[in-house]
Amino acid sequence: MGAHASDHPVPAILAEVKPAVMPRPVLVANNRDFHWITEKICGLVEGKTPVWWWWCFGAAAFVASFTIAGLIYLVATGVGVWGHANPVNWAWDIVNFVFWIGIGHAGTLISAILCLLRQKWRTSINRPAEAMTIFAVVCAAIFPVFHVGRIWFAVTPGWLFPFPNSNGIWQNFRSPLEWDVFAVSTYGTVSVLFWYVGLIPDLGTLRDRFTAAGNVLKARIYGFFAMGWRGSNRQWSNYEMAYLILAGISTPLVLSVHTIVSFDFAVSLIPGWHTTIFPPYFVAGAIFSGFGMVLTLMLPLRAVYRLDDLITQYHIDCMCKIILATGTMVGYAYSMEFFIAWYGANPYEGFAFINRAFGHYAWAYWIMISCNVITPQFFWFKAVRNNTTLVWILCLFVNVGMWFERFVIIVTSLARDFLPSSWGYYSPSIVEIFTFFGTFGVFSVLFLLFIRFLPIMPMSEIKMVIPAADPHGSTKH
Amino acid sequence: MSKIFPKSANALPLQLIIFLGVLGGVAAAGITYYATPAYLRVGYQPVQPVPFDHSLHAGQLGIDCRYCHASVEKSATSSVPAAQTCMNCHSIIKSASPLLEVVRQSYATGEPVPWVKIHKNPDYVYFNHSVHVNRGVSCVECHGKVNEMPTVHQDQSHSMSWCLDCHRNPAARIREPKDVYNLDSARLADQGPEGLKQAQKYIHDWKVMPPQSCSGCHR
Repeated sequence: MGAHASDHPVPAILAEVKPAVMPRPVLVANNRDFHWITEKICGLVEGKTPVWWWWCFGAAAFVASFTIAGLIYLVATGVGVWGHANPVNWAWDIVNFVFWIGIGHAGTLISAILCLLRQKWRTSINRPAEAMTIFAVVCAAIFPVFHVGRIWFAVTPGWLFPFPNSNGIWQNFRSPLEWDVFAVSTYGTVSVLFWYVGLIPDLGTLRDRFTAAGNVLKARIYGFFAMGWRGSNRQWSNYEMAYLILAGISTPLVLSVHTIVSFDFAVSLIPGWHTTIFPPYFVAGAIFSGFGMVLTLMLPLRAVYRLDDLITQYHIDCMCKIILATGTMVGYAYSMEFFIAWYGANPYEGFAFINRAFGHYAWAYWIMISCNVITPQFFWFKAVRNNTTLVWILCLFVNVGMWFERFVIIVTSLARDFLPSSWGYYSPSIVEIFTFFGTFGVFSVLFLLFIRFLPIMPMSEIKMVIPAADPHGSTKH
Repeated sequence: MSKIFPKSANALPLQLIIFLGVLGGVAAAGITYYATPAYLRVGYQPVQPVPFDHSLHAGQLGIDCRYCHASVEKSATSSVPAAQTCMNCHSIIKSASPLLEVVRQSYATGEPVPWVKIHKNPDYVYFNHSVHVNRGVSCVECHGKVNEMPTVHQDQSHSMSWCLDCHRNPAARIREPKDVYNLDSARLADQGPEGLKQAQKYIHDWKVMPPQSCSGCHR
């Protein structure tokens, strides 16, 4: 990848203007070689399970049990155990759904768009980011599936998925909620495929190393999933093409999935939801929250596994800058909503926004503004971006802020709709709180399994971006 | 590198795909055939407390449906007769038959005969008999040829899509009003082009507009 760049002739003008030499930042520090990368990444899988891993896994499983208990209670009792009531019939379930699905978007952006744009710094973070995407989709899917109450109906007579059935019922295909089902299931499928295809060469490496070490069982397991990878030229050629095609398929998904999620609201008539800015605003917010989560996960991982040579300061810088850019877009969207509410001269919309900032839920609104608009502005400063601890803390604020954004949008608009007689105030039930709290455990369990049993970084791709992979040298351009 | 899989493993992906395809196909076919009311409900024939023979009473003797199910024209439900209705005849005919002991008990005590219900509508379905029979929908459309059944069984699936089949195209299934209780009569639409024209005229004149919206039946 990128090896063809040196084939282009050097423009004559360069000799006259003598541009300053600005070396590209290295993507793998300390001149690490092929062998070191293989040993480092495979070593994490092959080594003994660290003690901290067991502690974290136990804690994560305990937290996850809250979701499981909450869902069992919900299915056994009914959706009434959640705190929804007129007029707020959508609340934490949809807030949590949008929160989790949004987080996934950074993974797709890194794997697809940055791949097509040849942003080589994606290589050391794309695998965990894609894993994060898949696990976030799993957490997100819990909520729409379980909010139907009797979950077996989600599939069999087709409340979610269309199936021919003896009731002769079909979904309302004009409803964005149904588009959502297709958008999210497509997103999940493509993300899994992309992740898996990327894993194949590395699974082959692990298979060979386990074979050499005489561990036949593990060699067979990894070998099964490596699907006979031999690393021949023909396989690499097909592999690169498949990867590129999947990147092409995934690219529109980065934009389309959260656009359709935003349609859940924008297509309705509720003041505060019925705005045309929602699709781009939601997509920017999704990428913002996603990168927040990537850094939240990667920085501890980098510290624990001593991956400083692979996730360099340059990587952190790049991600902080994306957070800054998308966070600023989100801030712009917040102000533009207010401007349009005033400029549109619709009294209901005007009220909806004034109510958001100064009504009963003002506390949530100002948490959102502080976390989403003010927090990322710190990333203007290099000193902040260089301070890993501070970056991690700021990213936590981003995560909190983006959850509150969805809460503010969904709950404030519903709690004060057209009819003052039906106005209300929503508070979550303890079951809702536990169920949401537990999804962090579900996510962590999956992520811990991932970092224990799979190569956490694409070895083959990282090897392509170190100087040894470019024998013609990078000094020419 | 030594081999860890036999050569036959090369065919494994294809075999897996074929296996999953066949499995999915068999599952879909099985569910389509076995897991629908057309299989699960048609043919339900419980043993009744009194071996009442519809083929004798409604068939050979030609007693009108409404003699026993008297409220069908005026009410949402088609009433199951009280023992008094039976005793109109059976106080004279076969008045000592041991088969009728339950009926005589019911007549004496006022406790209804514990008939076993066959055609069960879910609680969330609103169904009105009178509106159907008064607009040319014959008993036979939903209950089959009861006049030929020694013991009644469920003849039609009564699934929602089965309801909708008729609600979407009522002209194909209605009869002349005089034929509604004649279970051997033919549908108008089956009596050639003239019959179909007459059926369509009835649909128009009677302003038959079977609801297809959710709240039509799920009120």
